[in-house]
Amino acid sequence: MSELPRRIAGLVLLLVALALPFVLTDFWLQTGLFVMATAIGAVGLTLLVGVAGQLSLGHAAFAAIGAYVFAFTTGESTTSVEGLGLPPVLGLLLAALVSAGVGAAFSPVAGRLRGIYLGLATLGLVFVVRHLLVVLDQYTGGFVGRSVEPFAVGGFSFSNRDPDYLAVAGVEFEGLHRLWYLFLLLVVVAVWLASNLRAGRTGRAWANVRDSETAAAAMGIGVAGVKRSAFVVSSGYAGVAGAMLALAYGRVAPDVFSLTASVDYLVMIVLGGLGSVAGAVVGAVFVTSLPLVLAQYSSSLPFLASPGSGGLDPSTASRIVYGLAIIAVLVFLRGGLAGGARRLRHRLSPTPSTPTQPAVDRPVAGDPSRSKETTR
Amino acid sequence: MSYLLEQVLNGLSYGLVLSLIAAGFAIVFTSTGVLNFAHGSVLLLGAYLVAVLHDSIGFWPAVLVGMLGSALAGVLINAVLVRNLADKKPDTAAILMLGVDIVLLTELTRRIGNQVLTLGAPWGASVVRLGDVSLPTGRVLAAGVTIVAFAGLWYLFSRTDLGVGMRAAAADGPTASLMGIRLSRTAATGWALAGVLAAVAGIFLTSFPAPGVAPTVALSAFAAIPAWVLGGFDSVPGAVIGGLVIGLTSALVTGYEAELEPFLGRGFGEVAPYVVMIVVLLVRPSGLLGSKEAVRV
Repeated sequence: MSELPRRIAGLVLLLVALALPFVLTDFWLQTGLFVMATAIGAVGLTLLVGVAGQLSLGHAAFAAIGAYVFAFTTGESTTSVEGLGLPPVLGLLLAALVSAGVGAAFSPVAGRLRGIYLGLATLGLVFVVRHLLVVLDQYTGGFVGRSVEPFAVGGFSFSNRDPDYLAVAGVEFEGLHRLWYLFLLLVVVAVWLASNLRAGRTGRAWANVRDSETAAAAMGIGVAGVKRSAFVVSSGYAGVAGAMLALAYGRVAPDVFSLTASVDYLVMIVLGGLGSVAGAVVGAVFVTSLPLVLAQYSSSLPFLASPGSGGLDPSTASRIVYGLAIIAVLVFLRGGLAGGARRLRHRLSPTPSTPTQPAVDRPVAGDPSRSKETTR
Repeated sequence: MSYLLEQVLNGLSYGLVLSLIAAGFAIVFTSTGVLNFAHGSVLLLGAYLVAVLHDSIGFWPAVLVGMLGSALAGVLINAVLVRNLADKKPDTAAILMLGVDIVLLTELTRRIGNQVLTLGAPWGASVVRLGDVSLPTGRVLAAGVTIVAFAGLWYLFSRTDLGVGMRAAAADGPTASLMGIRLSRTAATGWALAGVLAAVAGIFLTSFPAPGVAPTVALSAFAAIPAWVLGGFDSVPGAVIGGLVIGLTSALVTGYEAELEPFLGRGFGEVAPYVVMIVVLLVRPSGLLGSKEAVRV
């Protein structure tokens, strides 16, 4: 399978995404914004968990740091919260950098631990960050959170004002439409960067460490440094995702970045297939939009009851659906949706072709059985 | 002084309950290598069964059903899901357990709803007085039962064929299998044991001074994770020590919150266990009593 069909598919998808704001209602635009924000977070996490093999349950903590850094640096000081009032572009950059920096500060732990041990340590991080968000209410607004200034570049605001009225081809472009294109740009850059990282020298080193730390060390890879770099990159992605979530909501609050949110990111990348960038995006679409869509259309779906009436309400239904989806994918579908798609392509193409990225893909067939000492 | 003593005793009895949960994590981890994120919902399942059944069949039979139900849930999770994983790796298993946890917890939350179910424990809200210190009877009973449970575990693991077999399977599965130990049986026993311990812990966590069975109880299993990590991933005695340390830490931090608040902030008691856990992982990545991973090149 050559690269060409994949590129064409990507291009078609991009064109569709560019055209969507002209036809969608506000509800779908809002859903799309959340999907794109979480997709960037999921892509960052799949680099860490899928490619580098380091389990992280603390992704929401880094997203929270990004969101609050953005809110703090771009916000104005009021009577209740302080802010720096910096330009939003700088705020977005700082959100990524500070998140990555905190990831780097956590790296003495991340470099020494691996797999589920790292997962447990990052679990602690979620609770610590949440505590800080509530306690430092001078900067964060405490339990209720704080509002977020809309994004703006050089006088052009990504909100309903400045310019007051903007229309393209007869469709009025409000804040949601404008944010859509900003987010789309960020997603394209993030996906492109992640694919290149994954296929390049860095990604190969990550995958090598995932498969065997001992073998990686024997080939001259500094294992602790490689794990650290994966952690830092993924934290930076989470920071951007957090800032985008803050923009999409227009507010930040601690409850958005709970342990559940961390688990949701993991669910996205598992459903999509660990290590697959495209899979992470598909997973984000599914996990983020399912509860929103079910809630929106719960009145017209016969098996759903309205919230609070004791029946199966939309949020319960969506949680059960994606809980079952995780179980089903892990038990029946090796490699998630991406793995399933890959096998389907192999089955459909008449001449079995070699995988395009042998170093990064999961070992398929014919790889030697590994001895016990090196795989533990 | 009696305030301090009361906090310490409270912390120790809470710590013993935590160590029951932590021991469940350790037993599942050693017998099947799975990080059991569904432990909290299994615990909630046990407590829920007791709360629902105690009216019709009496408290003690309900306790028995709760323990059996939790044990059965654990055994089924292992037999139906964990053993059939497409990709048998510890991380994948951990994520699978997150999925199981979401399903089980959501269903139990839906059934419980907004109400807080009472457990109907015969000791009720009574209090035991020791000199000028008073402790809830439930807590004293919890300490006693936990000590008996750990004595039982010690006997199992050191004196019975089954327990020794489980230790052998944990140390080296393939070799143990060649020696005639059935790995499927030791794994099932491990999950069942963890389920029983979780149900017992659940009963004590939901009786006085706690209001009753509510979905948030499942989160207390997350509070036991620091205890487990602190003691060492594969060590049951470590779980006891870890539980006591974490129980003491959170009781003292919560008890002296007013004095600590200026520099640690409100509600630090909930976070303190995780801070302790991160520090321990930094200094001793395999916990206090855990066996170190040997990597040979």
